[in-house]
Amino acid sequence: MLEAAWLIPALPLAGFLTLLLLGRRLGEPLAGWLATGAIGGSFLSTVVVLIGLLNKAPAERFYIQKIFTWIPVGSFSVDLGFLVDPLSITMSLFVTGVGFLIHLYSIGYMHGDANFSKFFLYLNLFAASMLMLVLGDNLLITFLGWEGVGACSYLLISFWFDSDANASAGKKAFVTNRVGDFGFMLGTFLVFNQIGSIRYVDVLTSPITAGAATAIVLLFLLAAAGKSAQIPLFVWLPDAMAGPTPVSALIHAATMVTSGVYLLTRLNPVLAQADPWATSMIAWVGAITAFVAALAAISQTDIKKVLAYSTVSQLGYLFLAVGVGAYIPAIFHMITHAFFKALLFLGSGSVIHGVDGEQDMRRMGGLARFMPITAGTFIVGWLAIAGVPPFSGFWSKDEILLSAWNENPALWIVGFVTAILTAFYMTRQVILTFFGRTRYWDVTNEEIAFAYDQFAEEAQAAHLVAAETVDETSTALDKARSDVAKRTEALTKAQNSLAEATNALAESSEGLEGYDKLVKAVEKANKSVPKAEAALAKATSKVSELDDAVDQAEGLVVAAQLEAKRAASRRTEAPTVSPVVTALTEAPEVEAFVDKLPESYHERKEYTPHESPWTMTLPLVVLAVLAALGGAINLPFAKRLQFLGNWLEPSLFVNEAHVTSATSTKWLLAVVAVLGRLAAIFVAFRVYLHGQGNTEQIESKNFALAVTWDAILARFMGGPGRTLFDWMAWFDKTFIDGAVNGAASLAQFTGKELKTSQSGLVRQYALFISGSAGLIGLWFVVRLFA
Amino acid sequence: MIPALAQSSVLAAQTAFPILPALIITPLLSAVAILLVPSHRQSEVRLVALAGSTITGAMAVWMMAAFDKTEAGFQFVVNEPWLTSMGLNWHFAVDGISLFMIVLTGILFPIAILAAVPQHDSKAYHAWIMVLMAGSMGVFMALDLLLFFVFFEVVLIPMYFLIGGWGHGRRIYAALKFFIYTMAGSALMLVGIVSLAFLTASRTGNALTFDVTQLAEAQALGTTAQRLIFLTFALAFAVKVPIFPLHTWLPDAHTEAPTAGSVILAGVMLKLGTYGYIRFGVYLFPQAAYDLAWIFLTLGVVGILYAAVVATMQKDLKRLVAYSSVAHLGFIVLGIFTLNTQGLTGSVFQMVAHGVSTGALFIMVGWVYERRHTRQIAELGGLQKPAPIFAAAFTLVMLSSIGLPGLNGFTGEFLILLGGFQAARWWTVFAVLGVILAALYLLWAYQRVFHGTPTGDNIDMPELKASEGLVLLPLLVLIVFMGVYPKPMLERIEPSIERLVAHVEANVDGFIEPGPVQVPERPSDAVTLTEALEEAEKKAAREEGEVEDSVDEEGREASLAEGETTK
Repeated sequence: MLEAAWLIPALPLAGFLTLLLLGRRLGEPLAGWLATGAIGGSFLSTVVVLIGLLNKAPAERFYIQKIFTWIPVGSFSVDLGFLVDPLSITMSLFVTGVGFLIHLYSIGYMHGDANFSKFFLYLNLFAASMLMLVLGDNLLITFLGWEGVGACSYLLISFWFDSDANASAGKKAFVTNRVGDFGFMLGTFLVFNQIGSIRYVDVLTSPITAGAATAIVLLFLLAAAGKSAQIPLFVWLPDAMAGPTPVSALIHAATMVTSGVYLLTRLNPVLAQADPWATSMIAWVGAITAFVAALAAISQTDIKKVLAYSTVSQLGYLFLAVGVGAYIPAIFHMITHAFFKALLFLGSGSVIHGVDGEQDMRRMGGLARFMPITAGTFIVGWLAIAGVPPFSGFWSKDEILLSAWNENPALWIVGFVTAILTAFYMTRQVILTFFGRTRYWDVTNEEIAFAYDQFAEEAQAAHLVAAETVDETSTALDKARSDVAKRTEALTKAQNSLAEATNALAESSEGLEGYDKLVKAVEKANKSVPKAEAALAKATSKVSELDDAVDQAEGLVVAAQLEAKRAASRRTEAPTVSPVVTALTEAPEVEAFVDKLPESYHERKEYTPHESPWTMTLPLVVLAVLAALGGAINLPFAKRLQFLGNWLEPSLFVNEAHVTSATSTKWLLAVVAVLGRLAAIFVAFRVYLHGQGNTEQIESKNFALAVTWDAILARFMGGPGRTLFDWMAWFDKTFIDGAVNGAASLAQFTGKELKTSQSGLVRQYALFISGSAGLIGLWFVVRLFA
Repeated sequence: MIPALAQSSVLAAQTAFPILPALIITPLLSAVAILLVPSHRQSEVRLVALAGSTITGAMAVWMMAAFDKTEAGFQFVVNEPWLTSMGLNWHFAVDGISLFMIVLTGILFPIAILAAVPQHDSKAYHAWIMVLMAGSMGVFMALDLLLFFVFFEVVLIPMYFLIGGWGHGRRIYAALKFFIYTMAGSALMLVGIVSLAFLTASRTGNALTFDVTQLAEAQALGTTAQRLIFLTFALAFAVKVPIFPLHTWLPDAHTEAPTAGSVILAGVMLKLGTYGYIRFGVYLFPQAAYDLAWIFLTLGVVGILYAAVVATMQKDLKRLVAYSSVAHLGFIVLGIFTLNTQGLTGSVFQMVAHGVSTGALFIMVGWVYERRHTRQIAELGGLQKPAPIFAAAFTLVMLSSIGLPGLNGFTGEFLILLGGFQAARWWTVFAVLGVILAALYLLWAYQRVFHGTPTGDNIDMPELKASEGLVLLPLLVLIVFMGVYPKPMLERIEPSIERLVAHVEANVDGFIEPGPVQVPERPSDAVTLTEALEEAEKKAAREEGEVEDSVDEEGREASLAEGETTK
């Protein structure tokens, strides 16, 4: 039955290859079902191997399966081979089990994605790599899996690559992990250097010096800190949430990020031989990471980022456990964490799915009534991670705390406080998401800003129109005024000509030549005067009319200016701290305002949050059951109830630290721990459900040291780091290449200059010859007498 | 000893057909045939070049199949007198060190020809490529120093014309720089070759010979002479590799060369330098190579880190790949001067692996240029959207170049660093930093070119054509195969390397191959682990008897307590 071991990684690999060739043709949902079937088969193979192991005596539960020799050179040789033992099979069981559920879930989650089959192709490749990692019979196969999962993580984080942020997050994850790989590679080299082999069978049974063991442990600690997101290399994990949510659940919560802990556990005989300060360092790295990440989780508003920091924090517990030699509690918590964290991530994915992609918890609230299964299962996950008995997290977390107390009470205090913070931020998350008022349809800051922008724009446009009217009417007014002047002139002219004609008529006498003509002229002039008078009156009235119009238009301009100013000030005054505005009804022109809101608001109004399809909720339910009851695999009450502990013992070479505290102390510690958590949950309810206390102060970014560290790193990489790189490129171009081109120019220059000496003038040549002869003669003379 | 082995019955079958001369003559004949084709029949010119290079490649592969992997010495030996008075012979042979270089040459040339069509003068272009192929073949199999030198110089000429005639923008500058730089480097080597032959002849009293194996066995030089002559060789190879700070001809030559030129330059010609270090540097001058190894280890490591940093900031995609070559070659140099089996084997493997991956990278960058008429990273972007298959192929090649385990780039790099750690620990620690930088520059470039939302002309980037896919496929298959199952290659390379290391051990006082501190005493298998475990358990049982007692007690107390709580 043990011979089936190779099938465990081979089935997902076969799934990957099939999808590589046929993925596009299979399409949705066949590609998803194929991948799910492959990982399901892998789970079944693991169960078969597990039964095979159980049939053997505990001390004989080791089996090595060699597939072929991978890299043989001289005294160095590694196989592509698998090591089957309780530790690797335990890991394989939960990797394939949780992996299967997440594959199934993804069929629903990735529905409608253009790259549906590609997603499952990556997912299967990831599963194969992860299984190589845990089943490898030597450090190099583990490294093959280690890098494989890293590459898949990169590909899946930047799965939706058209956003630059996603692409950057993928790159950041890969490069940060490479820093850890530096430790992995050097650690592997040192192991080979010390014992001449990197196979686990040799590594675990060959004694080495304490100095070498310490160096190896520190190098692998660096590697583990990269993969398992510990200080100072945790920065990639929160960004990794850019990937699709099933990826966050599978890779960045349940499986890949636990590889570091697995590696250190696998190497427990080396840890045992190292100086104690090296293992203490592991414990403290874990403890501090757990605390710092928990602080950061409190201030997060993105539903997935809370879980990301929470994952970093929980992984810190695992390091703490490994550091104090509590390997069994570490693996125990790793398993329960895989259950409840996968559950929480998948639950958050179901929420995101149900509210059309929204990830900001401030815009959720009261979702429990829309998605009861998601909410119910999420609550189970919350109680499990918060460590409330009898949910699984309680059992595993308290085992770790107990081991910490046994080693160093200071470690216990950090772990205890972190557990309180955990209970607090998780309660906050549950309330913000599922309880309280449904804020989903509320207007958001951005939308309000958009509306005010619309107002401001309209006012601005009105202002422009009014100003244009002012201009136009002013021009018309000027024209009218000049018209008046013209008419006045015409009137005067008419009057003058009337006077003239009258005079002329008076001077002339009747019957004379031209008298008739003059009479006619007078008559004509008489007629034209009132005409001109009328025209003048009309023009004058138009002037006054336009005058009014200009006044009015100018008034409009002022009004529009005022309106624009008001809109702009309202835009800046709009609340920015909370993204949710409830005071819409108080606005004076509500209807006009709603009209101005962007499309997103109106679309949301039409949308009702909904529960996810069965492919998504079924895994949630299964995981909820596991998260609730998972503690049963290792109950502390009696040795025979510690199923996991007894099972793992052969893999731990008696390096497991034994807790020596009195039973009463154990009970006291557990009671204190549980009371602390319950208090934190109570406080969180007061704050977030009943609105007591200042949330701004609680969520202050000043506490989020983890976020600050990330920002410092980013600023360094973008600033001095980049300058240095730029400077090197400039140096290469200017100096290194400059020297080459300089040498070429020098040769050219010398040639050109020396050319002139070949003048063809015999006298010049004679001068050179005699001069040179003279110099040589001089040299001989000097030598003779010196 | 060597000729005797060649005559042995095992190798009789190999010597029946003079495969090595055939590998040189076939491409030369193709070049002549190309010149005979009327110049208006463009397609036939291409057909002849393809046929010639493919037949040569097939013969190289056939030779690999006939290669005896149990034999560490030279095989397929051809040793005919040329100018006996001067000690010159037509001496060609292959061992594990040169075998895969010849196979790589045979595979890369037809692919390079297929990958790009010249814009003009198809006839001359293809003729030069075939001459280049003949020269490249010769240089890897010549075992007579003068013969080697002739081939070493001969390959410059076709490459010079290829860059100058069919290159991009500043092609004349790049071609001249390439030619003069390399010539200047190798001029001194000729002095070194002649001095070596005459000094050896005068010291041993034997007849004058330029035969590499005889010179290597003689080891007649004094320390100073050996170091000086070694340095003349080393300088020529350092320019060719290129080793920092002699590398600046390479980005220019690579960037301005036509695609086929870049592929061959990176895949084959750079390897002349590293191959030269192993075949001539270490083999002929073991003492000097050992004494001066620190110089090359240092320059190798500086090259890895420096070129990676400079590559990161390049604005031209092809230039970036060119600088990545300098960094990769730094690893190979590091591996050679570890003078141990893992390091040297890794270097030879990496020479092939780099040829495959970087060849593929240059081909794909060339296709990007064909489609978009720019190589400026800033002008590209979001190409994965219109061309997902192209991007997928690029991703695979990129991951291989980054050194992902399971792909070809890792196997060599890992062996080099593993060997390096045994021989030159602190150099290796710095070299491993290069592994981080490789991820940085390649992933950043990929992000800027393929990720994001495409704009402008990038929206209409044509997808990988089926014909292009077929050209690329052999390289992609090799990338995976060499990573997953490198054993067939390693077991052919290793015997010759072990022979070389033994040669160094024999000729360098106090040199023992650097290796692990201890080796496992027992053969490792599951049974022994079980035994070890039993022992450990027994020991623990003795030590922690009381702990078990307390555990039992705890269990009892716990169940008691449970009982109480349930009450």
